[in-house]
Amino acid sequence: MAQHGNHAHGGHGGSEGGHGSLKEYVIGFAISIILTIIPILVAMKGWLEGTSAVVVLIGAAVLQFAVQLLFFMHLREEKGPRYNLMTLILGIVIAVTIVAGSIWIMAHNAMY
Amino acid sequence: MAHSHPHAQHPAHGEGHYGHHDLEELRKFGFWIFLITDCILFSALFAVYIVLHGSTAGGPGPKEIFEMPGVIVETFILLTSSFTSGLAVLAMNAGSRKGLIGWLIVTILLGACFIGLEVTEFVKLAEEGHTISSSAFLSGFFTLVGTHGLHVSLGIFWISAVIIQLVRHGITPVTKRKVQITSLYWHFLDAVWIFVFTIVYLMGVM
Repeated sequence: MAQHGNHAHGGHGGSEGGHGSLKEYVIGFAISIILTIIPILVAMKGWLEGTSAVVVLIGAAVLQFAVQLLFFMHLREEKGPRYNLMTLILGIVIAVTIVAGSIWIMAHNAMY
Repeated sequence: MAHSHPHAQHPAHGEGHYGHHDLEELRKFGFWIFLITDCILFSALFAVYIVLHGSTAGGPGPKEIFEMPGVIVETFILLTSSFTSGLAVLAMNAGSRKGLIGWLIVTILLGACFIGLEVTEFVKLAEEGHTISSSAFLSGFFTLVGTHGLHVSLGIFWISAVIIQLVRHGITPVTKRKVQITSLYWHFLDAVWIFVFTIVYLMGVM
């Protein structure tokens, strides 16, 4: 079945898998490590404080999430209608609404 | 997914030639939709934790009870396992069953180390009297982190089952798809852990 993986690309309507390269994984892994070390230093060594620290931490997490999606989960390599991307965006919209909505509504809840 | 609607996109392509491949692609897409719903589940647990993390019922808060060295080690272990699960897919695409199974075993061993460290952390907290019923903060914490841990544990069993199928059937279009979706699942769990690590642990001890 090795042939399937190596020679069938031309006819593939495939999305993820089958197209990743070692280089891509190594770059993704290296960026992920950097994006993990920076927040650790910011939070543990007190490089930044307050809002700026929160922005850096959340920013690094979101970037690393993007690295996982692009370098490891091959989101870019979808062909044809991008159903994977569309469902992902729907999911993110719902997730952000739940989290941001909960924070907002509880911050303005006089009973809590 | 490109050929799911052959009539709209490629009227010349018959279902016969692309049919089987399409089915496997469609199954992968079905799994992707599951991941999105799992993402929504975790967002609800994150929302609960964020809202309740200050409600410690007079008990200790995140700063007092989290021990960061262990958690940082867990983070790097899971990140490395996400990488090795990618290497497994690369080995599979190169047609190497040995390499594929080898990297999958490395991945589940790293996953087991992660779970081992997490269980150790939970047991230590419980011994110190910090249980799920101690405060709203700890309820939210154990539910969120525990749900992620259960996902990783399930992933370990699942990848083990796929390894058994690979040993018995080799790399076929079906086992290939199974490896690809377990790999997606594993990358997804690492992505969720990034947010657990950042929001629960790093922001907790800041």
